[in-house]
Amino acid sequence: MRIKPKRKTEKRKLITVIAVTVIVCAGILLLLQGLLMPKFMTDIKEGAMIQEYYPNAGNNDVIFISDCEVYENFSPITLWEDYGITSIIRGSSQQLIWQSYYLMEETFKYEAPKVIVFNVLEMKYNQPSDTGSSSQREAYNRMTLDGMKWSLPKINSIYASMTEEEKEKDGIWSYVFPILRYHDRWSEISAEDFKYLFSRDTVTDNGYLMQVGVNPVGDDYPVIPLADYKFGENAYYYLDKMVELCADHGTELVLIKAPSLSPIWYDQWDQQMEDYAAEHGLRYINFLDKIDEIGIDWNTDTYDQGLHLNVYGAEKLSAYFGKILSDDLRLEDHRNDPELSALWKEKCETYANRKETLEKENMSSVK
Amino acid sequence: MSFTSIGFLVFFGILVILYYALPKKIQWIVLLAASYAFYLFGGLKYLAFILFTTVTTYLVAVYMDNNHKKQSAYLKEHKADMTKEEKKAYKHSMKVRDRIWFLATIIANFGILFFCKACLVDPLRSSSAPVISFLSVGLPLGISFYMFQSMGYVIDVYRGKAEAERNPFKVALFVSFFPQLVQGPISKWEQLKDQLFTPHYFDRKTVAFGLQRILWGFFKKLVIADRIAVAIGTLKGTEYTGMSFFLLTAFYAVQIYGDFTGGIDIAIGVGETLGIKMPENFIRPFFSKNIAEYWRRWHISLNEWMKSYIFYPITVSGPMLKLALKSRAKFGKFGMRLPVYIGSLLTWLGTGVWHGFNLHFIVWGLLNCVIIVISEELAPCYEKFHAKYAWSNTRAYNVFQIIRMFVLMNLIRATDLFNDVGDYFRRLFSLVWNFNWHVLWDGTLMELGLSAADYIILIAGIVIMFLVSFFSRDEVSVRVKLQRIPRPVRYTLFFLLLVAVILFGSYGIGYDASSFIYNQF
Repeated sequence: MRIKPKRKTEKRKLITVIAVTVIVCAGILLLLQGLLMPKFMTDIKEGAMIQEYYPNAGNNDVIFISDCEVYENFSPITLWEDYGITSIIRGSSQQLIWQSYYLMEETFKYEAPKVIVFNVLEMKYNQPSDTGSSSQREAYNRMTLDGMKWSLPKINSIYASMTEEEKEKDGIWSYVFPILRYHDRWSEISAEDFKYLFSRDTVTDNGYLMQVGVNPVGDDYPVIPLADYKFGENAYYYLDKMVELCADHGTELVLIKAPSLSPIWYDQWDQQMEDYAAEHGLRYINFLDKIDEIGIDWNTDTYDQGLHLNVYGAEKLSAYFGKILSDDLRLEDHRNDPELSALWKEKCETYANRKETLEKENMSSVK
Repeated sequence: MSFTSIGFLVFFGILVILYYALPKKIQWIVLLAASYAFYLFGGLKYLAFILFTTVTTYLVAVYMDNNHKKQSAYLKEHKADMTKEEKKAYKHSMKVRDRIWFLATIIANFGILFFCKACLVDPLRSSSAPVISFLSVGLPLGISFYMFQSMGYVIDVYRGKAEAERNPFKVALFVSFFPQLVQGPISKWEQLKDQLFTPHYFDRKTVAFGLQRILWGFFKKLVIADRIAVAIGTLKGTEYTGMSFFLLTAFYAVQIYGDFTGGIDIAIGVGETLGIKMPENFIRPFFSKNIAEYWRRWHISLNEWMKSYIFYPITVSGPMLKLALKSRAKFGKFGMRLPVYIGSLLTWLGTGVWHGFNLHFIVWGLLNCVIIVISEELAPCYEKFHAKYAWSNTRAYNVFQIIRMFVLMNLIRATDLFNDVGDYFRRLFSLVWNFNWHVLWDGTLMELGLSAADYIILIAGIVIMFLVSFFSRDEVSVRVKLQRIPRPVRYTLFFLLLVAVILFGSYGIGYDASSFIYNQF
């Protein structure tokens, strides 16, 4: 049966009205979502770091993957300036081993690094519940997960990271539609939310979060004995997967323990990593044993009493590690590559400017 | 699966597409599959409960219906050769056959409900721990609702008011129809039988109305009920008496109204989107002028059920009529009404117990019963009063009556909140001896877990809720009235409602009050 022209026009009109309505509503809701999502541009910058990888992906020889023990302790700019090594850090606050694994999996979709550096402190967390309260955990998870682009590794990482409360409530949907998670931020909306609605500043230098303050190490951190020093099965499961993934891609996995004095890195933990590395033919470097060789001065090279290094400490550590990467792992010096040199020149300038600005700010706050 | 979860919205979205896209003949089968899928989301362990009720309901209804048909055929065949007494004796023998299986079904099903309510959940509801420790299954989803709906059907077939459905899967859909499974409304077979099984064609207006009603339900539940729940949790603390208790009763009225009517709006809206109109469960109850009227407007389907299947059968039963005659001889007109009192008492006890095996629910039922019976007995006095004083018929007096009913009902309803009945009465009497007005301005309100912004949202939400009720006073819904305004304005209004739900709703991480209060019944 033929549809009469008038009915046909009405039908078309109706479809147009519905389509326009849906598009307009979806557009407004997307805008609202953008406004409500935290921007992490000023106080807490850790939530903005993961997304900074994508514009810098593609030609890095070294990828650092882990938590604050890498993104505050290693400076890719130093590695470039001193050794011509291209590197980037994929780290976020309280990043857990399964999140690191899925970031690693995702990284291989963008580039083929020669070396991946993983900081083994993450082995101490076997389950999401091991890391503080549920709400704290969820907030940290979001810092890692929200910044990732949609991909299978992101979905897997979400499922591996969700707390019980999240599973019971919105599940993955609040990641698909972050407005469901941040809807109640309407009362906290500030000028920053409008300023960074459409574009964000870069808060890191190839993943390195610069700190210029100085807060020397005071008393020794107490070494509280544990009932059980063995790392959990889940942590080992993901470490095994990392080893396998890197082997599949012909990438060398380097296990490190960053020179952070707290949380305590127990000898028993160190032994387990030594054994694991030996068993799997991996390189394991505990930088805590090399403080003097690196030249770290705990009076000047930390901004928070030895938990993390400041930029001066990070530059020393990076210079030390760069030598290993260059001499032992034979990573190529790209400083003669005109394209890369131009790219990194820009990065070095940004780094230098940031350092200068932060130092000035720090000086004025000290005064 | 909660109505307010994203999972439910996805489930519902897929269902609507399948429901209208697949051949009309199998629409009801799609609904049956969706209803069981919805039920199974609550847990596979509950399946046996609903299957038992479905199977027994189906079998006994068909058995009784066959008997009724046999009886009619037999009486028709032997019309000429049977005396009146023989016919009576035959009918009685058939009735007895029905009654055995009818009672067995009723007792078995209500026995299960009784068992579940008494043993599978903590009667004090302070935890989800069951009374019998190894029975940790919890209360089966919607058991009170589907049980009442099924047994209503069985009683109607027993009484010959409804014909039995011969297709067991259609009975299964009637028992498990998912929108009403969680918190009602409790529908009668006659109300749903045609709608559930006839084809429904996609109608833009019907679907839009259904979706609008769902959205309105979300607003009431998430923006109002769940937001105010935080303050109620605080006000239940033992230190809150007097004015604080009064505030608690008012807050609770807002919460339960938003929660229950919001849930019912979602249920009815879901049905409407699918082209199925379920009975209304609320008709602007807070505009009632007395408690009896309130109960004719609040949770209508449960009260209708209680009236049809408990109150009337009791009051007009043979023994009661005999009792009425006897008591009339002794106590006169008052004695004649004794069956009504007994019927009311048992109905309210039943309603109380339906909510749970707790003393406070029984006290709640009895308080309602006493007030309604006294009001009815005093009705002639009220009539005289209204006839004598013209001002008692003014609009201002009507408003006074509405406020009086609101306050009185709040005080009765607050029994829900206290597992310890003694604690409830202690606070109730504190209104007399310790009416500490100062909590209204001494900062207490800001210590209840609500911020100033929360209060603003709540007040705005309550005002909107009030206006919607107010403008529906002619029993024409606001949605219908909104059809008269230009489409862009209407669309904008509903979009703003959606934005309000998304932004101001109490859901997601950090919010606890997500399940509907009536889910637990």
